[in-house]
Amino acid sequence: MIKHEQARHDNQPACLIRQFVVVRVTEEIHIAQAQRQAKALARAAGFRQVAVYQVATSVSELANNLFFHTTEGGRITITAIRQEGMIGLEVIAEDRGPGIPDVKLAMQDGFSANGGLGGGLPGVKRLMDEFEINSEVGLGTRIMVRRWQACR
Amino acid sequence: MKIPILQLKNLLLTSIQVELTDRDAIDFQYDVVHKVAETGAEGLVIDITAMDVVDSFIARALNETARMARLVGAEVVICGMQPTVALTLVEMGRELIDVESALNLDHGFEKAQRLISAKKRMPG
Ligand SMILES: Nc1ncnc2c1ncn2[C@@H]1O[C@H](COP(=O)(O)OP(=O)(O)OP(=O)(O)O)[C@@H](O)[C@H]1O
Ligand SMILES: [Mg+2]
Repeated sequence: MIKHEQARHDNQPACLIRQFVVVRVTEEIHIAQAQRQAKALARAAGFRQVAVYQVATSVSELANNLFFHTTEGGRITITAIRQEGMIGLEVIAEDRGPGIPDVKLAMQDGFSANGGLGGGLPGVKRLMDEFEINSEVGLGTRIMVRRWQACR
Repeated sequence: MKIPILQLKNLLLTSIQVELTDRDAIDFQYDVVHKVAETGAEGLVIDITAMDVVDSFIARALNETARMARLVGAEVVICGMQPTVALTLVEMGRELIDVESALNLDHGFEKAQRLISAKKRMPG
């Protein structure tokens, strides 16, 4: 399920959220949908082609994790953000799944709880400029990443 | 969605045009292994020109498919990787794709043939 929202706050300063997309990831096809939304927003933000695909790949990794590592799935929010001559995309992946017992371990190359390549999270960290992870066992996981590009 | 596998002389050719689900990936591996066994093909060329996003899930599916195809005796080459995909995979920082690769279909065919003759020359 995809929800579009256009926020209009003409009287607010320039570092504000202008547009965001929410994709619920509960089924496998939602992974591809999240990826498509990421591409569309990144293109609309004027991202360079490589950056468009790198953001889309990151969204895909996060959506894959929602699908494969939780039972209920989760939600991905992609937001275009601005700050001092920069335009950015912020991606938040959140779920109320099992949480990650050892975040440090999960962030290591090659670590996977279920036979994956374990390149997902460390890969996302390298593809994006900012990476924040909060996870609590039994409560869920929230990952926030951002990618910046100078305004053109 | 079923991915067609074509035979051309001693090679099998397949092109991934759709977003792979877990199910598709498993079906594809099964089809590849059977087709190799059935035709006695010596090589498999997988074209990924249409894929603009290759994440670690897809990478794993490709690696596993290649490993299985090799187990039943076929050399495997991936071709047509978009430059943006290559850049992304490099940036992600690991050798995510562990399969011989070639620029395009033409080179893919040549490379597969080279791998096949090299294998034949190998003793044992
Ligand atoms: N949303 C999540 N909820 C619970 N655990 C998670 C979540 N995301 C990741 N994990 C845990 O972190 C580990 C590492 O994730 P990562 O994406 O790096 O690798 P993977 O998903 O196992 O394999 P790959 O992404 O290469 O297919 C996972 O194996 C899983 O245990
Ligand atoms: Mg993963």
